[in-house]
Amino acid sequence: MAAKSTGPSGSALRWLGVAAAPAALALGFLWAGGWLSPNRVTQNRLMGELHDAGSYGQGFRRAHSKGVCVTGRFDASGAAASVSKAAIFHEQSVPVVGRFALGAGQPYVTDNPATVRSMALRFMPKDAPEWRAAMNNPPVLPLRDAQDASDFFSSQRIDPATGKPDPARVKAFGAAHPWLQAAAEKNAHRVITSGFADDTYHSLDSFLLVGETGTKTAVRWAMVPVQLVAPADTAAGGRDYLFQRLIADIHDHPLQWHMVLTVAGPHDAVNDPSQIWAQDDRTIDAGTLTLSAVESEDGGPCTGLTFDPLVLPPGIVASADPILQLRSGAYMRSFSLRSGEKRGPSAITPAMTQAPAAESEKKS
Amino acid sequence: MKPIPAFSPLARVLHWLMAVMILSMLFIGIFMASSLGPSYHRLVSLHRPLGIAILVLALLRLTYRLRHAPPPLPNDLPAVLKLAAKGSHILLYALMIALPLVGWGMLSAGGYPIPLWGNAVLLPPILPHNPAVWSWLRSIHTVLAFTLFGLVLAHIGAALFHGLIRRDGVLQSMTGRKTPL
Ligand code: HEM
Ligand code: HEM
Ligand code: HEM
Repeated sequence: MAAKSTGPSGSALRWLGVAAAPAALALGFLWAGGWLSPNRVTQNRLMGELHDAGSYGQGFRRAHSKGVCVTGRFDASGAAASVSKAAIFHEQSVPVVGRFALGAGQPYVTDNPATVRSMALRFMPKDAPEWRAAMNNPPVLPLRDAQDASDFFSSQRIDPATGKPDPARVKAFGAAHPWLQAAAEKNAHRVITSGFADDTYHSLDSFLLVGETGTKTAVRWAMVPVQLVAPADTAAGGRDYLFQRLIADIHDHPLQWHMVLTVAGPHDAVNDPSQIWAQDDRTIDAGTLTLSAVESEDGGPCTGLTFDPLVLPPGIVASADPILQLRSGAYMRSFSLRSGEKRGPSAITPAMTQAPAAESEKKS
Repeated sequence: MKPIPAFSPLARVLHWLMAVMILSMLFIGIFMASSLGPSYHRLVSLHRPLGIAILVLALLRLTYRLRHAPPPLPNDLPAVLKLAAKGSHILLYALMIALPLVGWGMLSAGGYPIPLWGNAVLLPPILPHNPAVWSWLRSIHTVLAFTLFGLVLAHIGAALFHGLIRRDGVLQSMTGRKTPL
């Protein structure tokens, strides 16, 4: 060995030097991965909280687990062309793949009109990057950031004794988050419609539209039905009656929605989805969505992808709303977990989405 | 004993530039993949182009390396250590190339658009859309990244072992410093 002897203490110091750099890096790595910060809301922690709140897993989406695929097109009105250069606001007949779902994490849950309903869309213009959007029917989101979301989902933890969330924990969440009260009340008093076809779906989060010259316009949007709105039935139907009604409706005639953009007024909170916007904000009818076909998730085109709200085309960028970041990370994690798992059949099978005749037989 | 000649300036620049980039990428990766915080999207948007830049540099570096033999290791280095040095260098090259390819491939298989810069410049998919492959590659990306990190730690330990314990000029061959410690 060429090592020059420097005495035992000098050599110990040198060995310490050799070990210190890798050890410091390893420690830094543990910190960056969240292992040294038990209070950090990590992707794994959120997935655990969803699981404990009753999410079924096993190959299904960790939330919005029961759904159907739909396809159709979007036709821009041109009215939003001046505020965004996105192809979707300029073109006609942009192909769309979508998904209607119930917000619950259980793929075999019984349909209930009070459960959150959702519409997710993937717009695929021919010569421009795609856009994915996922929307819910409540008008506002009673969550402000990742910590609120983590607190909320842990308050929904299923009590094994009752099979339901512990009401005391649910109440405690409300009490500990007074800033969410206005949003929660607004949602509690929302109009509940008869089904998927006559519902309005909201972006909830805010985005910035970017114009040709770089102008930025903060917006939220809603998909507003062309179909006549009817109130929800008081008597409940069968397990899948909301989906069966949607399938029958689409087979009967294409369903349409207007994409209505709401432009943020001077007092509207862009970075906090729990804040309700002013009633007199300017709106823009950006175009019409037409959905003309429905398929089961089993083999359907909406299963092998996730409607990550940060998959955005040129002309639309994320606002600083922290929930967008949370959703993007959570959807990717849910998508990678479920794609690696063995999955049972969906509640809404290919047989159910195909034949309107078989569908009406089941109703009787 | 004759002092070991240094790596060429180009080899050294590439080595140190990539060392900084790869260490940054490992930390960005592990941080963002556990994060749901306000910088998540910005980090993912940085992770992709930085990873692709590493891929391009690694291919250039490998081409250069195959044409320019590195300085020899000291004669008195035990054969096992020589083998370990050689093997670990081959593995480092393999991972510098495989990891970004797996990252790119997994997003392709997941059906994600893969923005390289802003949201207008996209990378083309390199694998067909297949969710099972996406999930599998996503795990492989983690396994390979952790392997690379472990290897880099051992590599740094070995470099410091050469520099502080053996003081045989190997560390200087990469730092470019002429006089031994
Ligand atoms: C705030 C916390 C939220 C969490 C933790 C969360 C979590 C999730 C997860 C894990 C999925 C499954 C993703 C997949 O596997 O592909 C999902 C789906 C979905 N989320 Fe969220 N989400 C949140 C907020 C929202 C908001 C604010 C909206 C609407 C504006 C929304 C709309 C949707 C829709 C529509 C789907 C279903 C997409 C589909 O049909 O594939 N979520 N969510
Ligand atoms: C030398 C290059 C690269 C290194 C060292 C690297 C490192 C990492 C690490 C350490 C993680 C975290 C793994 C985990 O904790 O599960 C990660 C995640 C990830 N990487 Fe890479 N990566 C590289 C290249 C790429 C490339 C080129 C892409 C895409 C084009 C990419 C896309 C991703 C994605 C999408 C994730 C997951 C993010 C999430 O789960 O939220 N990586 N990477
Ligand atoms: C991410 C970090 C790093 C990577 C991926 C990396 C990679 C490599 C590779 C592939 C070689 C072989 C060069 C060749 O034969 O073509 C090498 C050599 C070398 N590296 Fe690194 N390195 C990293 C960080 C470091 C650090 C931090 C140090 C110093 C503390 C260092 C010191 C050396 C030395 C001294 C050599 C020459 C070894 C020899 O001649 O056999 N490296 N490195």
